[in-house]
Amino acid sequence: MIHATLKQLSQQLADKQVSAVELATEYLQRIDALNPQLNAFITVDRDKTLLEAAAADARRAAGSAGLLTGAPIAHKDIFCQQGWKTSCGSKMLDNFISPYDAHVIEQCQAAGLVTLGRANMDEFAMGSSNENSYYGAVKNPWDLAAIPGGSSGGSAAAVAARLAPVATATDTGGSIRQPASHCGVTGIKPTYGVVSRFGMVAYASSLDQGGVMAQTAEDCALMLNVIAGFDERDSTSLERAKEDYSRELSQPLAGLRVGLPREYFADGLAADVGRIIDNAVSELKKLGAEVVDISLPNTQLSIPAYYVIAPAEASANLSRFDGVRYGHRASEYKDLVDMYEKSRAEGFGSEVKRRIMVGTYVLSHGYYDAYYIKAQKIRRLIADDFKAAFAGCDVILGPVAPTAAFNLGEKSGDPVQMYLSDIYTLSVNLAGLPAMSVPAGFSDNGRPVGLQIIGNYFSEAKMLNVAHQFQQVTDWHSKAPAL
Amino acid sequence: MSLSHQDVARIARLSRIAVTDAEIDAVNRQLNSILGLIEQMQAVNTDGIEPMAHPQDVSLRLREDVVTEPNRREACQAVAPQVEKGLFLVPKVIE
Repeated sequence: MIHATLKQLSQQLADKQVSAVELATEYLQRIDALNPQLNAFITVDRDKTLLEAAAADARRAAGSAGLLTGAPIAHKDIFCQQGWKTSCGSKMLDNFISPYDAHVIEQCQAAGLVTLGRANMDEFAMGSSNENSYYGAVKNPWDLAAIPGGSSGGSAAAVAARLAPVATATDTGGSIRQPASHCGVTGIKPTYGVVSRFGMVAYASSLDQGGVMAQTAEDCALMLNVIAGFDERDSTSLERAKEDYSRELSQPLAGLRVGLPREYFADGLAADVGRIIDNAVSELKKLGAEVVDISLPNTQLSIPAYYVIAPAEASANLSRFDGVRYGHRASEYKDLVDMYEKSRAEGFGSEVKRRIMVGTYVLSHGYYDAYYIKAQKIRRLIADDFKAAFAGCDVILGPVAPTAAFNLGEKSGDPVQMYLSDIYTLSVNLAGLPAMSVPAGFSDNGRPVGLQIIGNYFSEAKMLNVAHQFQQVTDWHSKAPAL
Repeated sequence: MSLSHQDVARIARLSRIAVTDAEIDAVNRQLNSILGLIEQMQAVNTDGIEPMAHPQDVSLRLREDVVTEPNRREACQAVAPQVEKGLFLVPKVIE
C-alpha cells in the first residue's frame, strides 16, 4: 500500500478498498517508525490527522468526495496551516501556531486531502542541503550519510521513503527540483504566478513558487490541478483560466524538439551525472524526440544575480520578524532596538542572518544600482536567453545539480561552495519558467539523479507529458530505498 | 570591494541583528566571500538593458478600496509575545 501512487490510492478509496482513516493510520505508523532516523517531519499530530481522515471518509459516504478525497499528503512547513505549528524550519517561528490557512492549504483541504504532518526544510527555505533547519538536518533515505537536498528536503525525503504519497514544496532557486533529484522523486515547480503565494512564508517574493513532489509525473499533474489557480490575495498571482494539467499526459513524443544547453554539459558536471542525463535523452529519442543543440550563454551569471536578488528581497520580507506580533522575542533587552536585535539574533540561524545582511548591504544607500538593478538587468539577459532557445525547441533538458547528493557536513562550512551547486536551477527562477526533476538513474555511489525538464511559460502540461512518457519506458521513479 | 569590521557592524545594525565581537570575524569573512561571488556581475556590460522585476512583466493589480478582511484580532494576537487590552506591547519608546 505504501508504495502506491496517488492515482492508485485515489482508485482504492473510490472502490472502497481502503478508507481514509486506514490509509492515514498506515502512513502515521510508518512515520513513527522511520522519522526518528530521517527527520523528514517537524510536526506530526495523530489526532488532527485522524480527524481530517474521518471527515474525508464522511464526505465519501455522503457522496460529495472529489478525486483525491482521503488521500494523505505532507505539507512543507512553509505553508501556513490553521491550528498547526508553521515553523518554516526556524527557531523564530517555533512557537507560531498559524491562525489561518495558505491558499495552497485551502485548496488541498477543499480537495479532501488528509494532512499527515509538516515537512522539515531549510530555515526560511534558504539552503540546498536541509542542514539549515533549526530542527536538524533531514537524512537522505537512500543513504543516511547524504543530504536530501534543500530547501524542501523533508518533502522529498518523505515521498522517497514512502512516508507520504505526495508533498507540497516550494522552489525559489531550485528547492523543489534539487531535493527531488537527490531523493529520486518527481517534482514540479510551475510558472511563476500559477500557484498563489498567499500564506506561504515569503523568502524572495519575485522568485518564490509553490509546487509538489510525488512518485510520478501523473501524480504531480493531479496535485497541480488542486493547487494551481488565480488568487486575489497574491498580488502576483496570474489571472488565467483553470486548466487540466493531465490533459496531455498520454500524447506521443514523436517530433518533440528537446534542447540541450551546451552550458549545462560543460566543465563542472560530474561524469556519472552526465552519463545518466545522456541515457535519459537517448530514451526520449527512442520515443521520437529530436535533439537540438542550444545555448544559454548567461547561465554562469545566474549565481551572482540570484545571490543579490534573493537576499535583497529576503532582507525586506524578513523584517517582519521583529518579536512584536508573532515569533520569538528575546527574554532580556534594554530598549526597543535592543529587543529587535536580540530577538532576531537569537531567532534566526546563521545562513538566514547572512542573507539578510547581504540583502541589507546591496539595498543600502549608494549600492542599489550597482547591485540590485544590475542583477535585475542580468535577470533579463537570462530570461532572453531562454526566449531565444525556446524559438527552436519545445522543452529543455539537462541535469538538476552538478553532482548527486553530497555528504552531510561536506559543504556546510562554506556558503559560497554551497551556492555554486545551484548552477543549473537558479536561471529558471530568475526567468520565472516552469521546470521539473524526474528520476533518471543512480550515481556511481548509488544516490539518485534527476533529469531536469525546463518548459516555456505555462507549458506545465507539455513538461508533464514528457515526464510521463519517460516514466512509461523507465522505472527509476518506482524504485524505493530499503529502510 | 572588501568589508571592514566597521562595515559589518553597520550592516548588522541596519539589519537589526546583534552580532557579537566573537562572531564578527567569521561573519566578515563570509560576507566578503559572498560579495566576491556577486562581484562577477560587474564584468558584464548591461547598458541599455531594462531591469526585470517580474517574469511576465505584468504590473500589480489594483482592487476596489473596500474592506475584505474580517476582524480576527483575537486569533491573530493569540500568537503575539505580549498583548494587553488588544494592543501589542513593546518596550517604552518615549520617555
